[in-house]
Amino acid sequence: MDNRQKEINNLKDYKYGFSTDIENIQAPKGLNEDVIKFISNIKKEPQWMLEFRLKAFERFKILKEPDWQKPKFPKIDYQDLYYYSAPKSMKDKPKSLNELDPKLLETYKKLGIPLQEQARLNGIAVDAVFDSVSVATTFKDELTKQGIIFCPISEAIQNHPQLVKKYLGSVIPTSDHFFATLNSAVFTDGSFVYIPEGVRCPMELSTYFRINASNTGQFERTLIIADKGSYVSYLEGCTAPMRDENQLHAANVELIALDDAEIKYSTVQNWYPGDKDGKGGIYNFVTKRGLCKGKNSKISWTQVETGSAITWKYPSCILKGDNSVGEFYSIAITNNHQKADTGTKMIHLGKNTKSKIISKGISAGSSDMTYRGLVDISSKAKNSTNYTQCDSLLMGNKCGAHTVPYIKNKNSESNIAHEATTSKISEEQLHYCQQRGLNPEEAVGLIVNGFCKEVLQQLPMEFAVEAQKLVGISLEGSVG
Amino acid sequence: MLKINNLNATIDNKSILNGLYLDINPGEVHAIMGPNGSGKSTLSNILSGKKGYEVSGEVLFEEKDLFELETEERAHKGIFLAFQYPLEIPGVNTNIFLKTSLNAVRKARGEKELDAIEFLKLVKEKSKELKFDEEKLNRQLNVGFSGGEKKKNEILQMSLLAPKLSILDETDSGLDIDALKIVADGVNTLRNKNNSFLIITHYQRLLDYIKPDFVHVLMNGKIVKSGGPDLALELEKKGYENFN
Repeated sequence: MDNRQKEINNLKDYKYGFSTDIENIQAPKGLNEDVIKFISNIKKEPQWMLEFRLKAFERFKILKEPDWQKPKFPKIDYQDLYYYSAPKSMKDKPKSLNELDPKLLETYKKLGIPLQEQARLNGIAVDAVFDSVSVATTFKDELTKQGIIFCPISEAIQNHPQLVKKYLGSVIPTSDHFFATLNSAVFTDGSFVYIPEGVRCPMELSTYFRINASNTGQFERTLIIADKGSYVSYLEGCTAPMRDENQLHAANVELIALDDAEIKYSTVQNWYPGDKDGKGGIYNFVTKRGLCKGKNSKISWTQVETGSAITWKYPSCILKGDNSVGEFYSIAITNNHQKADTGTKMIHLGKNTKSKIISKGISAGSSDMTYRGLVDISSKAKNSTNYTQCDSLLMGNKCGAHTVPYIKNKNSESNIAHEATTSKISEEQLHYCQQRGLNPEEAVGLIVNGFCKEVLQQLPMEFAVEAQKLVGISLEGSVG
Repeated sequence: MLKINNLNATIDNKSILNGLYLDINPGEVHAIMGPNGSGKSTLSNILSGKKGYEVSGEVLFEEKDLFELETEERAHKGIFLAFQYPLEIPGVNTNIFLKTSLNAVRKARGEKELDAIEFLKLVKEKSKELKFDEEKLNRQLNVGFSGGEKKKNEILQMSLLAPKLSILDETDSGLDIDALKIVADGVNTLRNKNNSFLIITHYQRLLDYIKPDFVHVLMNGKIVKSGGPDLALELEKKGYENFN
């Protein structure tokens, strides 16, 4: 091994925060104060952070797992989970792509994911991994020049405690719902972003460019703060399928936009959906909430949800600042036995606030999809408007689509409009496309991409192309 | 090019085609005329590969068993059906549909796929020829198109895909005289010694503009009489009753 590689290897180990001899550290099974102290201690956290966690845990003890959602799942024994284990070292990871499920490789190929990237996604120790580290470093320098902070949240807790202390839990408090509170107690890592006043972030920020991005675990925590007049676009996830042994994913994402600031947050979620018969797959129970704290601020969520056995999430906006704007653009696809209960909440508190919801749900196979959304216009939110458009597309006769809008308007000067459609891909449409030379899967891909065009257009260019392919691939096997 | 031997078809236990024979050679234009319910559309559906029919008999296209081929493979090999009721596909831009279709066919035929610029040049040229409103190319496929525009769109696609055998299923119905001429021009432009046409129609009218080589009368699922262009005129005069 040459010196450069050795150095990078050392750097990598350091960034994970472990040296080789403590690699196998694992907290004992179960959830209690000692485990939380253990996590906080190993991360060398300050006292206030530990208190934050313990406060959340106190609250968690009295909370019950919610059961109002449409997709039901077997009871999770929270004392039977590991809440902390050190990231695997390179030697425990697959050595080459040959060791992976051929089906996974086939999907990579269809998506056009380069070999190096495939290896990175699976944590294979190749030079490519180190290349992406150096790419990350280059970008980091450019960001630092502008005063932008983009780092693992565990680092931010050490290096920028004043910012973290001020904003962490300010949108999703420790006293929130069951899964969010669990996350507050036991989160291990995630992203931290701070954009200083008046700065327009010069690139799309993606976890791809964050060193140590691959192993944030099942309780991820993300905090993004856009200071006055700043702008940032953040990309989460990856179009390639992600392997993970953990079934439950309960992440928290908090966004804060101050006066005249704008945050655009895009997600492509393609976690393992389970097999054709509905065995296995990730439970994706994520809490995402944005606070338009300042006047004229804007938060825009775009999500493409195609993976996971159960997706249960409502990326929301609290429109507190006057003239603030919240947007939610969503594509959710369920196939085989996948289930999704997803939508958004738009809470209008300030005057002249506007929100827009565009939701496209596609269900195929024996899957089940629910759009659930809340639009709440408070009595003080004068002259506010919401526009909601909810479209469902069904394929076959065994799937379901449901739309559950909750609308509360306490203000006579405000205006809410809701439109919903349900349609089906007909045999005749497929026959027509096939007669024009498309095979059934190309035909479905074309029709479905047309159906969700409005949302795909919201994605950053390089993401949109892959997402478009993903939409087709997710529905494979659903026709013919 | 197309050889149909003793074709029988039933759907939901109802017999529609009963021993149909038809031979189409390269360069020929055949017209099939017949009253409602005689099996005209069933014939075009079966040739294009629509599912849901129980069939027996033999259909050969360029000596290959047509029933062995998927719908899209038939399209790749050069069979085109201009639909009686062209489908609307909301959300799908017409240009994108045409380009995806053309490139799927070109790829299957081992030809180079067209990039956006090459495609746009071609589609504009063809639209002009067929007096197809170019603005429609940027609209959702057939959504909000008038009956005439939908039919012209079919002919535009036919002209782009350059098929060997084009089946026109009542393309003339619902067309005004100007649109009818444009459709006929589209067919006549494509007509040469290699390309064949099967024109299904109720009326003789279209055949004033597209001169067929053969006219067949279809009744109760089989061809009861074949002849030259004069047969169409005779039909127009006497009606189908006399052929029963």
